[in-house]
Amino acid sequence: MAVTTPRKLDAQTLRQDFPIFGHPIHGKPLSYLDSASSSQKPRQVLDAMRTFYETSYANVHRGVYDLAERATAGFEASREKVRALINAPSTAEVIFTRNVTQGLNLVAYAWGLDNLGPGDVAVVTELEHHANFVPWQQIAKRTGAEFRVIGIDDAGELRLDGLDAIAQAGQIKVVAANLVSNTLGTINPIDRLTAWAHEQGAIMVVDAAQAVPHRRVDVQALGCDFLGFTSHKLCGPTGAGALYGRRELLERMSPFEMGGEMIRKVSIEETTWNDLPYKFEAGTPAFVEAYGMGVAIDYITEVGIEAIEEYEHELVGLVLDRLAELPWVTVYGPPAGRRAGIVSFNVDDVHPHDVAQILDSEGVCVRASHHCTQPLMRRLGITATARASFYLYSIPEEIDRLIGGLHKVRKVFA
Amino acid sequence: MDDQLYREIILDHYKNPRGHGVIEDADAEADGMNPLCGDEVSIYVAFAEDGETIEDVKFSGRGCAISQAATSMLMELAVGKTADEVARMPRDELLEEIGVPLQNNPTRLKCALLGLTTLKVALHKAKGTPLPDGLAGFDELELK
Repeated sequence: MAVTTPRKLDAQTLRQDFPIFGHPIHGKPLSYLDSASSSQKPRQVLDAMRTFYETSYANVHRGVYDLAERATAGFEASREKVRALINAPSTAEVIFTRNVTQGLNLVAYAWGLDNLGPGDVAVVTELEHHANFVPWQQIAKRTGAEFRVIGIDDAGELRLDGLDAIAQAGQIKVVAANLVSNTLGTINPIDRLTAWAHEQGAIMVVDAAQAVPHRRVDVQALGCDFLGFTSHKLCGPTGAGALYGRRELLERMSPFEMGGEMIRKVSIEETTWNDLPYKFEAGTPAFVEAYGMGVAIDYITEVGIEAIEEYEHELVGLVLDRLAELPWVTVYGPPAGRRAGIVSFNVDDVHPHDVAQILDSEGVCVRASHHCTQPLMRRLGITATARASFYLYSIPEEIDRLIGGLHKVRKVFA
Repeated sequence: MDDQLYREIILDHYKNPRGHGVIEDADAEADGMNPLCGDEVSIYVAFAEDGETIEDVKFSGRGCAISQAATSMLMELAVGKTADEVARMPRDELLEEIGVPLQNNPTRLKCALLGLTTLKVALHKAKGTPLPDGLAGFDELELK
């Protein structure tokens, strides 16, 4: 019997794969603590994309010449890598998108416009990124459906005890939630939400932008109906992402965008649609980027998804302990045990913009913003936070520099 | 770089903002927001009897040190000037007053100009004059 030994992640070694860390910021070593916003890229991905452009580049599909075949093969091989990564039953259910936002809009428009109406309810959470909040709010308005929000407790965790009250609002048709909160790092109980959604006869739409790069995500185990993630947060290029959709739903849905590739037959009177997944992929896709996403999937799979999750868990425990030593820092969100590698915080009497600016002078990159979660900011009674987030190349020394930088912030504003 | 940015005068204005408050029944007022960071500012103006000279001007809202300090300095600059003078005040006049290098930091430039842009909107609204195109050059600011 084969025994799999869990691999331990060696961030110092992995870091050498990322050319950006060879470039100091303001003369200081780069401490990149903004991976929740976008991850850095390893040489393996950059080299593979360059080689693709130099040796295999032609437009995908319909080409009869060898070069086009090679490009198509690289593109479609990436689709299989996406399928395997999230354990989708079939590549027909893997739609390439530009990013998570496009994937979620695809569901909101192509499914929502035809399936929501007066008496129906679209449900999101107070933790949502605007990308999984605004489309449902707006499609609900257009269709006359109700829009409801699952609230959070003071630790930033969903209040599932509020679900029964929400169910009174009408016929729940869709529940949309993120697997991991991009602002607080909260890991949401998507399995329980999915079970509830299905009991109501609703579909479950999952924003997995902060989850797929960092932890094992299995769409069949979750039971969700749609799930989106993006390449640029998992060591891949920008401009590529993927949406998983359950086949029965995708087959019944109208196309989102129309044009080339997504058609079967076009006449003046009528158009019929291509098979899945191409029905939802109008126009020339960002196929080199989609290919690069596949290389990035190989990279993180080789490192080990479980190893990444475990390592980030260690880092987030470390940073939470260090921040707890600073009485003038407020940390938002759940304890380390129920949190991914994302920490939002504020320094007393200092705007997060000023925090981030001073940290930058120490080479420390953190985001200072509402993080596209304005309803959550309002719930927390603030306008913005500073946010540190981690990935497989993050090292404890970066946390030291963050803490050192925060002392400098304190000194400047003393 | 931010040793220059967070000069003593900026921190002083941030911690002790001049003209912070609300003018009830103001002759001119406007709200501005920087959607990038969520900074908000409301500006209130009271004119002197001539209806042109700014007798009092106050601001409320929350924001970073740069936006709060810049708005605080603006309050001092604007008092005694006419509405027309302030509406035509070049942004460099305020930036000079702030005296910190922001040229290479467009994000923070928006913070610094939020107050001025909002004040200009308030004055144009009160006088019924049309807002100039690309007011202060920052279309991204959300002005009400």
